[in-house]
Amino acid sequence: MDRNNSRRQVAAMKQSLFDQGLLDEQFIQLEELQDDANPNFVEEIVTLYYRDSSRLISNLEQTLERNPLDFNKLDTIMHQFKGSSSSIGAKKVKAESSLIREYCRTGNAEGCRKSYQQMKKEYVALRKKLENYFQLARQAGPLERACRPK
Amino acid sequence: MAISGDVLRDFSPEVVGEFHVLAVDDSFVDRKVIERLLKFTSCKVTVVESGTRALQYLGLDGDTSSIGFDGVKVNMIMTDYSMPGMTGYELLKKIKQESSVFREIPVVVMSSENILTRIDSCLEEGAEEFLLKPVKLSDVKRLTDFILRGEGKQVGGKRSQKRSRSDDFVSSLSTSCSSCDLSSPSPSEISSKKSRL
Repeated sequence: MDRNNSRRQVAAMKQSLFDQGLLDEQFIQLEELQDDANPNFVEEIVTLYYRDSSRLISNLEQTLERNPLDFNKLDTIMHQFKGSSSSIGAKKVKAESSLIREYCRTGNAEGCRKSYQQMKKEYVALRKKLENYFQLARQAGPLERACRPK
Repeated sequence: MAISGDVLRDFSPEVVGEFHVLAVDDSFVDRKVIERLLKFTSCKVTVVESGTRALQYLGLDGDTSSIGFDGVKVNMIMTDYSMPGMTGYELLKKIKQESSVFREIPVVVMSSENILTRIDSCLEEGAEEFLLKPVKLSDVKRLTDFILRGEGKQVGGKRSQKRSRSDDFVSSLSTSCSSCDLSSPSPSEISSKKSRL
């Protein structure tokens, strides 16, 4: 039926996000916290994440514009950013964040700026992909049970 | 010891709904996640954004007189380590420096960084446990079960084994009694041991 088909599509999309290395186990952990009373918890958390981290993104861009680069400040912001990204299971964004922190540690301004560009790309792309995923999940039916991708 | 044992023994599984956790984290996203984790485990949750707020909530900020203060009952505190202003470690120390009731509250420290010295110092200072972020449902379940069964750590001691406080007391009693009866050597045994040397 249509509903089964939709559910298969949702599962396939989720599988794809995992295969691309965009999401990790934490995403599944969050899905497991969904129930009848809180059916859209993951979507809510992801929305909050993007809203909250936009503030960090502004801070990051301001900090990166300055010369010389304040590595300590950058690292502090990145610590927060990495933390939230990790909390929603954003695997690639988290990895890119770690890279930036490494460049901060070694005082590599060029490295920081380049990897920030890469991280922002991933961050923006993930948002779109998750929006699509949640939209499809809503259409497929309210009880999208947490299932581990293979 | 008897007082703290009584405090823990009050929380049988039937009153799990009243198990009140105070969560402290400066990250908005993490506050939402920990709140959901705890509510999912049927705990009552209060979430605050800083150590200062946590102390205010507990009535330990010095502004409120602790004598006769009708403070809210908190059964466990979960705090992030890295926070601006007062760190989770500093909050932990402040709570453990308090007298009686507050010092007894199990404090769990959470951190995204797996730094051994950090973990050690938190446990030394009396943290119940050190959790690596992101915190999982299984972590929270394990913690609440552990504390509800009255198996929390002893005051000022290191992390306890999974035995209840009353069990410890009874078993240590029996051990010392048996050693009194059986292990003290008779004079003849002592002299024979000496001669062998």
